[in-house]
Amino acid sequence: MHPILIIVFAPLVAALVAGLGNRMIGNVAAKSVTTGALFLAAGLSWPIFLGFLGGTATPEVVPVLKWVQSGTLTFDWALRVDTMTAIMLVVINSVSALVHLYSWGYMEEDPDQPRFFAYLSLFTFAMLMLVTADNLVQMFFGWEGVGLASYLLIGFWFRKPSAGAAAIKAFVVNRVGDLGFMLGIFGTYLVFQTTSIPEILAAAPGMSGSTITFVGLRLYTMDILCILLFIGAMGKSAQLGLHTWLPDAMEGPTPVSALIHAATMVTAGVFMVCRLSPMFETAPTALTLVTIVGAATCFFAATIGTTQWDIKRVIAYSTCSQLGYMFFAAGVGAYGAAMFHLFTHAFFKALLFLGAGSVIHAMHHEQDMRYYGGLRKHIPLTFWAMMAGTLAITGVGILGVFGFAGFYSKDAILEAAYARHNGAGQFAFWAGAIAALLTSFYSWRLMFLTFWGRPRWALSEHIQHAVHDGHHDGDHHNAPKQEHAGHEAHHSVPSPHEDDGTAGYHPHESPVSMLLPLGILSIGAVLAGFVFHHQFIDDAAFWNGSIFYNEDLIHAMHGVPLWVKLTATVVMLIGLAGAYLAYIAKPGIPAAFVARFGALHNFVFRKWYFDELYDAIFVKPAFALGRAFWKIGDIGTIDRFGPNGIAWVVERSSVAAKSIQSGYVYTYALIMLLGLVAAVTYVLL
Amino acid sequence: MEGLPILSLMMCVPLAGAAACLFSGANAARWIALGATLVTFALGVVLWANYEIGGPQWQFTERAAMFAGFSWALGIDGIALLLIMLSVFLMPICILASWDAIHKRVGEYMAAFLFMEVLMIGTFAAQDLFLFYVFFEAGLIPMYLIIGVWGGDNRIYASYKFFLYTLLGSVLMLIAMFWMVAEAGTSDIPTLMQYGFPASAQTWLWLAFFASFAVKVPMWPLHTWLPDAHVQAPTAGSVILAGVLLKLGGYGFIRFSLPMFPEASAQLAWLVWLLSMVAVVYTSLVALVQADMKKLIAYSSVAHMAIVTVGLFAFNVQGLEGAMIVMLSHGLVSGALFLCVGVIYDRLHTREIARYGGLAINMPYYALFFLLFTMASIGLPGTSGFVGEFLSLAGIYQASSTVALVSTTGIILGAAYMLYLYRRVAFGGQTHADAAAMPDIGPREWIMMAPIAAAVLWMGVYPESFLAPMRGDIAVLDARLAAAAPASDARLAPGTPRAEAANALHHHNAEHSAAGEGAH
Repeated sequence: MHPILIIVFAPLVAALVAGLGNRMIGNVAAKSVTTGALFLAAGLSWPIFLGFLGGTATPEVVPVLKWVQSGTLTFDWALRVDTMTAIMLVVINSVSALVHLYSWGYMEEDPDQPRFFAYLSLFTFAMLMLVTADNLVQMFFGWEGVGLASYLLIGFWFRKPSAGAAAIKAFVVNRVGDLGFMLGIFGTYLVFQTTSIPEILAAAPGMSGSTITFVGLRLYTMDILCILLFIGAMGKSAQLGLHTWLPDAMEGPTPVSALIHAATMVTAGVFMVCRLSPMFETAPTALTLVTIVGAATCFFAATIGTTQWDIKRVIAYSTCSQLGYMFFAAGVGAYGAAMFHLFTHAFFKALLFLGAGSVIHAMHHEQDMRYYGGLRKHIPLTFWAMMAGTLAITGVGILGVFGFAGFYSKDAILEAAYARHNGAGQFAFWAGAIAALLTSFYSWRLMFLTFWGRPRWALSEHIQHAVHDGHHDGDHHNAPKQEHAGHEAHHSVPSPHEDDGTAGYHPHESPVSMLLPLGILSIGAVLAGFVFHHQFIDDAAFWNGSIFYNEDLIHAMHGVPLWVKLTATVVMLIGLAGAYLAYIAKPGIPAAFVARFGALHNFVFRKWYFDELYDAIFVKPAFALGRAFWKIGDIGTIDRFGPNGIAWVVERSSVAAKSIQSGYVYTYALIMLLGLVAAVTYVLL
Repeated sequence: MEGLPILSLMMCVPLAGAAACLFSGANAARWIALGATLVTFALGVVLWANYEIGGPQWQFTERAAMFAGFSWALGIDGIALLLIMLSVFLMPICILASWDAIHKRVGEYMAAFLFMEVLMIGTFAAQDLFLFYVFFEAGLIPMYLIIGVWGGDNRIYASYKFFLYTLLGSVLMLIAMFWMVAEAGTSDIPTLMQYGFPASAQTWLWLAFFASFAVKVPMWPLHTWLPDAHVQAPTAGSVILAGVLLKLGGYGFIRFSLPMFPEASAQLAWLVWLLSMVAVVYTSLVALVQADMKKLIAYSSVAHMAIVTVGLFAFNVQGLEGAMIVMLSHGLVSGALFLCVGVIYDRLHTREIARYGGLAINMPYYALFFLLFTMASIGLPGTSGFVGEFLSLAGIYQASSTVALVSTTGIILGAAYMLYLYRRVAFGGQTHADAAAMPDIGPREWIMMAPIAAAVLWMGVYPESFLAPMRGDIAVLDARLAAAAPASDARLAPGTPRAEAANALHHHNAEHSAAGEGAH
């Protein structure tokens, strides 16, 4: 049996056992089965990856089962293993296995653990189906499967109304993207008469000059197809316009945020564009769009990240922003760099989320950074893990010597954008550089607010609750421990000098099951860039044709001026200095800034008003239209003039007919006479 | 199998059962009905097992001349086979769903259901135009009674509305049938499917049939009888109504309108497209604001059936096969969703969504089934809903990208109203003590739901079992439609392929670029 079959299907089997067995088999069994399956899958994935890394493995496709054959439209279940897949296999299975392990500790008190672990494993299965797809439809299967798992996990604490709402929002917004994806698949089939990815990629260049009509518009075939597919990618990867679900997705438990909404699922869009890179390379307009949307998202999300108080929201916007980097890297043709950033980001962002989870765990479910402070000494291991993640995401490193993971991947992306030497590339470079500054600022802001300064815990309701309950072991009533996605301003804001109290609370370091994953991911965050950057960026043989490898661009990248190469480091230092100034040296600065630029701050803090805008132009009108169609259309018009109208006419005419049938002879005589006159007239005419 | 009139037998068993039920006590009637439907289902399995894929188009044919050229002619192709299987599969489940819910006039109720099964099998198996008409129309009567006698508070209004709508459409169809028989000189359906009616007559004939089928589907704006009928019907009535009776419209299009009047179908495809597009958007939005569970699912049915009609009128294999799979899938899924409503209606006696909430806490397995059927309704890949929807929409895309775009918005709106329903029923806190006290599904309900769940997943993962029997018939139909099919609006025009990739760098250094690949 090919190991890929075990890798993909072990999580599915585990999910079914844990999910259907649920309370019958108990917590420990469910957790062991799922976690075991994932460690097995991860263990089998690394040799495959190393095989491609060493150049010994060859791409192959393992058939599983026939799926659909309808005329010339055929697609089957099959598992494709090549370099792209191998990278994703190690990312998905490693992070997933660690997240499973972490959840042993994190979800300890939850009454629904089998369900949680079943969902996690189900997610992993769907994600694996996505990345092993050999045709677009199986990719879509995985795409929707991870969407389902994401829906279920965001809504895991379904008793909370906000979790249910966030789950629906995630699914429906993703469906908007899926509309594009589906139309893209239909169009691709129409043009190429196949959904097989290798066949499409082979045939795409031949179609690059052709034109097609889409909804009345005459367009370049490849441009419209790629744009439609990219709309799907925008939904899944939370790009500007379709990003609104991601911050709300933080309603899910933190391990979910780490696995799904940071390391794996949200990168599916990037994966799709890279997987289809030879196709996108035939569509210049689509690539320009990819570049601009990616660059805009990377800037936009970073601005919001600087203003949020909820620790998970900051990291969520950070994810959104980092995905923007990956997209514009793909847009300018640096697919290797995009995949590299995907790879390193998976480790450091999962680390940051799990670290944040550890902080939240220590702070008795408080997520608002205004009530943190001074935690460095209380939870030192978590602190160092978060530090590794922060060094990685901000891209700390010295050119030519050593750098943390993000140093290599982000630098490569910025250099590629610059080297692309066109308008969109320049825009992306500058947007990316500013975003890197903001990334550094919000990341250090998070660190400083959480781990430095004096404790500000006393005002936190969660902490007060914990202290009054005699700490940690308090009964949790009927509600399991739950998180919120940071609905702003439900606490009173403490002024920074008023209070130095810990309220007698003692944060505890997390259990080993949570610290071990943090440790392993820290290693990834520190080393992933340094160890693998050569293969991902410079080695065409490593990619082995699984992406479009732009040799010229790589040469140009290495030839960019020194100031370009140093830009990322410089802006990182500026961001660090700014955060230090504002949150450690002179803590009055943020308040002063808000007072001075209130409108701007509000605009950014309120997430550029996207939610309000969408509510006003989509959600409310949809309900209003629904009511109008129902009350005015169905009841007021169709029924009124249709069946009820006919009934009314029949009833009225029978009343009228009744009055004619009066029983008086003269009435009948009159009618007979009139009838006779009419008949004679008709005949004579 | 040779010579055994299995189709007639499949109709005789429930007929005998119906007669027996009429003269039995309540409990005996239940068991008789269950036994008869199970035997019929077993016969159906035999039928499917013996159906020869790739064999003659019409199999299991029976013919006995009756009077005036009117004959007892039965026979099935793959399309009919699948719809018969759907009917006989859902029937025992309907009987189980009525087990405790019906306690007045049980014998008559069961007899009505069994009689309806006879008529449904007859409708799909009929090979004589008038025999079809008789079965097609007579199917109204048991349904009319089921709604009118065992329905909810407003059952009389709903049953009349149902009856009037469906009957009025059929009158025109009957007139058209007389004309056709006079013109072609036969009432044999397979012959008529090959007959070339003059193009001028086709339009009128098509419209006459359309009047009947559009009501049955139902297509906007002839759909308003459906929500009322569903809301008032007992659970099993809703299951059969959504599961099988709505499929009669789609079956009519695929058996009569398309093969018999191909030119008119192509000419009037715009009308079907237009009404379908309106239906998808309009009824989905209406479904979003419903407070009554059954109404919501009824409106969603209209939206789903619109995907059937766009698929049918896509004039290609994917569209036709997709439409068939959507019909089968919708039969299972909406039937199952009505069962889900029935399960909690039996416990709390209300269909009002707001009276529930947090059912995932006290009814976890119910919540799981409900989730599966919700996802199938949304068209999640891996479930039956996806395969049908995907093929259907892929089909229509080849005919018109505009229609495809509008119809595909159904996947967004469908997700919105179904998940909104699911959230209000299964998620959230337990706000009502009585809803919170409801027990999870029992063994009888497991037996009802589990087979449908299995079928939904089977059709989603390995639809070949369902595509294979109809492949030949669809190919024949597709070939007949090919000449008339409207041109694709894509108008793909080849051009000169680009010389280089979009991100190829244009060097300032002319010498470098002239050197080409060798330079590296």
